[in-house]
Order: sequence, then structure tokens, then C-alpha cells
Amino acid sequence: MTALESANKIKAQFGDLISEPADFRGEVTVKLADAEQITAVCEVAKGQLGFDYLVDISSVDNYGDDPRWTIIYHLRGLRHGNELRIKTGVSEEKSELPSVLPVWRTANWHEREIYDMMGIRFSGHPDLRRILMWEGYPYFPLRKDFPLAGKPSDLPGIAFTKPAPLEGGPFVTIAGGKDAISREPRIRNPEE
Amino acid sequence: MQTQTEIGYNTKIEGDVIVTRVDAALNWFRKNSVWPMPMGLACCAIELMAAGASRFDISRFGSEVMRFSPRQSDCMIVAGTVTYKMAGAVKRIWDQMPEPRWCIAMGACASTGGMYRSYAVLQGVDNIIPVDIYISGCPPRPEAVLDALMKLQAKISQQPVLENVNAYKLLTGAAKS
Repeated sequence: MTALESANKIKAQFGDLISEPADFRGEVTVKLADAEQITAVCEVAKGQLGFDYLVDISSVDNYGDDPRWTIIYHLRGLRHGNELRIKTGVSEEKSELPSVLPVWRTANWHEREIYDMMGIRFSGHPDLRRILMWEGYPYFPLRKDFPLAGKPSDLPGIAFTKPAPLEGGPFVTIAGGKDAISREPRIRNPEE
Repeated sequence: MQTQTEIGYNTKIEGDVIVTRVDAALNWFRKNSVWPMPMGLACCAIELMAAGASRFDISRFGSEVMRFSPRQSDCMIVAGTVTYKMAGAVKRIWDQMPEPRWCIAMGACASTGGMYRSYAVLQGVDNIIPVDIYISGCPPRPEAVLDALMKLQAKISQQPVLENVNAYKLLTGAAKS
């Protein structure tokens, strides 16, 4: 069974909740309309379709759009070798969706990282603590409205942060520039 | 044919006595057995290991005794990126080291934050502890570590030892009275 056939089987079970599978360069993506159903969809993908390996969960901040958050699940079946991507959107007001921890235990740290960096909560997660930053750090640093240089914070006895001097940066490289000078990291305006 | 003049200690003339200053002797002891505390935090630590291994051999300069206990070490070599999360631990280990102690900031990250201009990285370990020698490079070659060690030895040999003791006595005496 190919990844596209698997995606169609999921669509057959959940109907309008699942979008038409998109096949791009051999990678199949389905979109889930209601994030509350993510655990049920993942149970079907693992239990009936053999996607026994959760490669990664990632999140996107569509700053200014609604829904603000996109959560992306990358699945793989170790027996059949197919990969499937499931995307679902979560609004900024809600910022919460069910944990897939009952399906794959490896989701534990993935969900903690998304909580740490983006501030999206996972209901049903048994241990939703920060994983990279320390407990008590007041910001979610991968959000688009968080400055690259950082913000000042102070938690006495644990850690402090100060904004980094960017000196006019961020410094951006251009891949495939014609010579080393044009490829060098420099201050570049977005319109250039 | 004698090609070079013999300078230094001559047993035939001077017997078993060497005349020097106590400061100079103590500094000579200190600078030739600097025990490093390897604070290896990133790829610089790999170069530090190379400096300790046979090809570059840091023991030629008396610093082969890498101590992983701060209480037994003289010189903290901060090798790598100091994140804000790690900064507290680095400071705490530094505070546990007994005087006299020195610090080498190895590489761009430890010196200035390096390429990590971001919310997570301390912009130079000199924000939390005093640094004696900075090494440039990303990561520096082991030769650069040895050069820094020689510069540190030169610095140690210039530091007054007994004057510090007197100053300490004066300070503590003043505190008592």
C-alpha cells in the first residue's frame, strides 16, 4: 500500500474532516480540519495503517493569519517505509490541542519542545514542562513577534537573559551567490 | 669550542644555594603547574582535548592535569558556547575554585557569544566571571590554546604573591578592629 492509498483510507474514515491528500514530489500531506480529532486520526494511522514511528512534530507560526498555529505530524511506517504528513491548525485564542502521547510515547518531548518554543499547550500531556529554556522563562522565543535578539528577563538564582547586540543585523547569507563576497553574511533588507 | 655562554645555576661556583625572591619562586611553582578545569561546552572542547593529547601535548607546559573538580583546579578554560541556562552552572563552578585562579575564554563563543546573537546565548563569559586570556578562533587551533597558556604563564610570573598576602592580612585585620 502506498502512502497515497493510506491517506485515502484515512479520508474514507473521517470524511470531510480530512482534506484531499496532496502529493508533492512523492510526499503525501493531508490536512485535518478539527485539531480535537488529532488523537483519533493518529490512532487509525498507527493501528490500521502501520505508521508505527512518529518522526517529528513541528509547529508553524502564521503570524497575522487565522488560525495562527499549524501543527505538523510526520509519520513513518518502519515495515512499509511510507511517510505521511498530517497538518492541523489551532487558533491563537485556543492555543491547545490533544496530546498524541497515548499513540506514540515519543511525542512526549516533541510536545514539550513545541510548548517551550511556541507556547501551544497539549491537553492530556502528563508532564508539560519547558524542555530547552528553564522553568519561569517568561517568553516563547520561536514566535514571530519575539525579537531575534531576545528580551531581558531575570530569575534570581536560576538564570537571566539580556538582548544580544545585533549591530544592525541579522546577518543573512545568500545561497548560490556569484562569488564569495556576495555570499558573505551581511545586513540585507528583505526587498533586496 | 664553546658555542654558547652558560648562564644560570652553576654548582661549582654557587654550591647548593640559589638566591632569588620568594615572589619569583612561588610564581615559578604556580605557572609551571597550572591545573586546568576544562569547562567544555561545545566544539572548542574537542580542540582542547587535542591540545591535551599526544600530538600537541599540553603537559610540555605543565598543564596536563585536567581536573574535573573545581576545588582542585587553578585555571578554568571555558571552551564553547555559554548559554544563559548554563551560565549559572559556570558561575557556580568558578565560585567553587580556590584562589589563586585564572580563566581562559577559548574561542569566539566564550569570548563574545560568537555567531550566536540570540536570546539563548550569553554574549561573552566575561559577563559573569573575570577572564585573563581570550583566544580568537572558531574553534581555535590547539597551538592557540598553548599560546594562551604561555601568555597566562607570563601573566602569572608577573603577579605579586606576597603583596597579596600582606594586603589580605591588612584587610582582615581591619575587619577585626
